[in-house]
Amino acid sequence: MERRIGMEASIAMAEAVGLCDADVVSAYPITPQTHIVEHLSELVANGELDANFVPVESEHSAMSVCCGSSAAGARTYTATSSQGLALMHEILFIAPALRLPIVMAVANRSLSGPISIWNDHSDIMAERDIGWIQVFVENAQEAIDLTIWSFRIAEDKRVSLPTIVNFDGFILSHMIEPVLMPDREQVQDFLPPFEPLQRLDIDNPVSMGPVGIPDVYTEAKYVQHKLLTDAYGPIVETFGELEKHFGRKYRPVETYRADDADVLLLTMGALGETAMTAVDERRKRGQKVGLIKLRLFRPFPYKDLLNAIGDKPVLGVMDRAVSFGGPVGPVASEVKAALFSARKHPLVPEFIVGLGGRDTSIADFHSIFDDLFEAAERDTTPDPRFVGLRE
Amino acid sequence: MSKETNKEMNPVEPYLRMDRMPHIWCSGCGIGIVVNCFVRALQKSKVDINKLAVVSGIGCTGRIAGYFKVDSFHTTHGRPIPFATGLKTARPDMNVWVFSGEGDLVSIGGNHFIHAARRNADLKVICVNNFTYAMTGGQVGPTAPLHSIATTAPYGTYDQPFNLPFLAESSGAVYVARWTTFHVRQLVKSMQEIKNKPGFSFLEVIAPCPTIYQRRNRLGDGLAGMRYYKERSKVVNGADTRNVDIKLGGDIIVGKFIDRDRPTQLEAMDQELSHKLGDKYVPYPTGVER
Repeated sequence: MERRIGMEASIAMAEAVGLCDADVVSAYPITPQTHIVEHLSELVANGELDANFVPVESEHSAMSVCCGSSAAGARTYTATSSQGLALMHEILFIAPALRLPIVMAVANRSLSGPISIWNDHSDIMAERDIGWIQVFVENAQEAIDLTIWSFRIAEDKRVSLPTIVNFDGFILSHMIEPVLMPDREQVQDFLPPFEPLQRLDIDNPVSMGPVGIPDVYTEAKYVQHKLLTDAYGPIVETFGELEKHFGRKYRPVETYRADDADVLLLTMGALGETAMTAVDERRKRGQKVGLIKLRLFRPFPYKDLLNAIGDKPVLGVMDRAVSFGGPVGPVASEVKAALFSARKHPLVPEFIVGLGGRDTSIADFHSIFDDLFEAAERDTTPDPRFVGLRE
Repeated sequence: MSKETNKEMNPVEPYLRMDRMPHIWCSGCGIGIVVNCFVRALQKSKVDINKLAVVSGIGCTGRIAGYFKVDSFHTTHGRPIPFATGLKTARPDMNVWVFSGEGDLVSIGGNHFIHAARRNADLKVICVNNFTYAMTGGQVGPTAPLHSIATTAPYGTYDQPFNLPFLAESSGAVYVARWTTFHVRQLVKSMQEIKNKPGFSFLEVIAPCPTIYQRRNRLGDGLAGMRYYKERSKVVNGADTRNVDIKLGGDIIVGKFIDRDRPTQLEAMDQELSHKLGDKYVPYPTGVER
């Protein structure tokens, strides 16, 4: 039986990891991820989770420990943020290449400099191409559900790839929300015991991580790309399983009042909730705005996105990171790439919002909607706008 | 700071960026004492603060770089020593000080620490040791005494902590001392000594953290921390650093443990290459003004 309880999103996420019976947790303290591993270390110390907690000396070591334990066949979890994720960078590429199904939470936070502990998506956008499955969540319930789901998809033998659950630092990680916490039995029904594709085993020796000479490197990379792309099928399938077991529906691309909308806005992560409120307010004024929420970031759900956009004339894209000197908004850049193959595509105005913890208010959303209607009327794409910029 | 002000001024003020006050440190924290001692040492040695740089990492102690009114750099987590090495290499005339916590210098930056000491980089490294990652809420750190409580060690740590003076000595530091924030005069004196000492000088300062470390370990408030330092510190100058490890509830051995000389990183390079290349070698332009 699931219980309804008020809980901080980070603690809820840690509880979910506990329900999944992780074997090894290794992490280094970094704000705002700390509460997850603090709570996990408590669960371990209390004997409520039969796991080993390794408090290492840096995130570079944390991800290395995770690779080692996963290679030995242990269900492995870690969490980090910002500079910590950046410090893991080198090892992040190793995990999917060795098909190690590690699950990691990233409490999204800005990158230095200037030093900033606050929320945006700079950290994860810099790790776009690491080869992990990546999802974004909006609230504590989604954090629980998709953490449990992450172990399922990561360990699915057709996939066997590491998975990141992105959740916004502070504005979600430190929020206390009502959640439905499943019980152990429910989770065990959904999540079978971990049977690794291959493991370091003294009786059946395998060699992991050797040199790939030019003769094999291209093939290795092709297979990796294909595996992640093909993970789409199992992802949708396991979202369906999740719904069957827990009654909550997830899709790679989700929409809100988008069907009859005149203009659309795309968000990722916790801003989606504010966006829905703003959409409702605008609808009350009789203006048809709709929302697209990108849940699955890797593998990128091209078809779902095109279906969601349909033949709408304007699609605003909100970005919470900057691709300096390049396409400005990294998510907008991906969306435009997806649209390039479409026969007809909308105007795509770009909005940079909420950098380094800058609040994104309902009023900001209204100013963005104003821009979208203006773009539709003039039939031209405005320059990318840094929302709320003080000049 | 306006010159015409008549109000009485704390003698430390000219060295601080007063526009950034109040600082973020908790009441009872020891880091402010370290800042005060450093200013006294600078005043006593009449240092030209235009030839002085302060480099810090991340954490409570990492804030020092931002508060000093000198050339300062607040690096990312663990990186003050390599940054300072670069600074010192490009500007050998400068007096380069690193101020950071143990969670920065000997954990995420531990590799830099041992290698800078090995090469004898000409840096003055002050490690404020409060036994925990205080800024992030009290996780178990690399010097947490065995059995002490941390948020990630709710029933006490079981990992062996570093004995920092021993680590510094074995890695090659030329000056190694430890004081607590109760020992302000000795701390000032050590800072004056290392100011003029070429090579990798290391000063460990045991500092109270009443908010995070002491509260969790039932060690009382800031005053209780200072009283503990007063009563349980034993000055043993020249002590064998193998025996100065810190135990929960145990004595704290303080003093100047090591003061030795060997060529700095740049001197060693000059010596080796002059020897091998003779007149062909152009020595590194040090321009050191000590």
